[in-house]
Amino acid sequence: MTSFFEMGGYAWYVWMAYGAVAAAVVAETFALRRRGHRALATARMMREAGGDADMDAIDSGGAR
Amino acid sequence: MKPRTRRFVWIGAGLVAVAAAATLILSAFRSNLVFFFTPSQVYAHEAPQSRPFRIGGLVLGGSLERVPGTLTVRFKVTDTAATVPVTYTGLLPDLFKEGKGVVAQGAMGADGTFHATQVLAKHDENYMPPEAKAAIDAAHAHSGAMSMPSLHEARAQ
Amino acid sequence: MIVNWFRYASPVSFYPLAGRLARGFGALAAVFAAIGLWIGLVAAPTDATQGDAYRIIFIHVPAAWMAMIVYVAMALWSAVALGLNARLSAMMAQALAPTGALMAALALWSGAFWGRPTWGTYWAWDARMTSTLILLFLYLGVIALRQAIDDPRRADRACAVLALVGVVNVPIIYFSVQWWNTLHQGSSISLTAAPKMAMLMLAGLLVMTAAAWCYCIAASLTRVRAIIVERERGSGWVASLIDIGTSP
Repeated sequence: MTSFFEMGGYAWYVWMAYGAVAAAVVAETFALRRRGHRALATARMMREAGGDADMDAIDSGGAR
Repeated sequence: MKPRTRRFVWIGAGLVAVAAAATLILSAFRSNLVFFFTPSQVYAHEAPQSRPFRIGGLVLGGSLERVPGTLTVRFKVTDTAATVPVTYTGLLPDLFKEGKGVVAQGAMGADGTFHATQVLAKHDENYMPPEAKAAIDAAHAHSGAMSMPSLHEARAQ
Repeated sequence: MIVNWFRYASPVSFYPLAGRLARGFGALAAVFAAIGLWIGLVAAPTDATQGDAYRIIFIHVPAAWMAMIVYVAMALWSAVALGLNARLSAMMAQALAPTGALMAALALWSGAFWGRPTWGTYWAWDARMTSTLILLFLYLGVIALRQAIDDPRRADRACAVLALVGVVNVPIIYFSVQWWNTLHQGSSISLTAAPKMAMLMLAGLLVMTAAAWCYCIAASLTRVRAIIVERERGSGWVASLIDIGTSP
């Protein structure tokens, strides 16, 4: 098992590369989920506020 | 012509124009896009004379010698047509080997030796397990053929 | 079976379809990634020349391919958006940009950590690497341009033009290793020649590529759903979506 993590002496390079990919995939998945929820929440708030009069105020810092 | 068709024609024409411009720019800067010069190009005076450049090719088999007690190494870079002697002080990359690809940054000295400040190994696009490599090497040794898998990459242009 | 595909050109009917497809491709991506990682990190033999450092190929090459393919897809949707003046196509192009940028960044990052142990340097200004860096900047440029323009329809057109102009960079990346002397090696896999790698290594690379395809499709479809809601929120159908409570 240790030899697996050592990667024949190239552990730093191999795991830096794979780690970045794993982090990126996890980060994008969470960001997408948040963006979807926020978009729906913003639309809901707008509707309850009545029309699209103040959409920028509701939306500030939101959906990216 | 319908407006929609006309828009697509304009998009196509725009793409052709951009592609043509890119082709012209790339061919104009062709020499500057070259990452390294081959030994043949160096002797044909195609490499820059006054500023540092990179030389690339194969490390000539049997040419590597280390100066005892120092990190200085001497080796010869070849593209099979021409050969340039190189001297370098410093650590060599793991994949640096005789018969393998190399790219060295530096400048030509007055003595006809290339004084390198950085040496990079250039590996080929072949991947195989050690057993397969050993079998191929054995077959080559048997037939007496030279093993230069990355030779085509070091070819003169 | 006759399917009226134009039905899906409208955001209303595309929204639930995209949701189902995103979930399917997401699950496929997870399965392929699990198999591909096992082949790449465990089952595949070590390389005779590069040792275990070569295992970075299983993420580097798929990421680099997807960076180029996603860009071409973005340019195609941009062309359709410009030509047909189609909203949904523009939203597809908008949804592809961040995932493409991520793939380009990952290709550069993993390439750096592959280059250091093999070539002896994290970075070199050779044609392959420089053109890939330009690809990343093109993605960032498209994303920034959209942020800079308030009117979404104008932003669609501006981003589409930039995406289409930048598409010339893709063949430059692909052929750079043939056209110029580069530090980067040539292609191990091409449509015209036999693969230059052992069978199990090739299998790992292909499975990881399938995982990358599925991931990019799932991520882009998920993003386009959010974009549809963001941009269509004034319309009645988004309101009905909210009334249901959850996204169908």
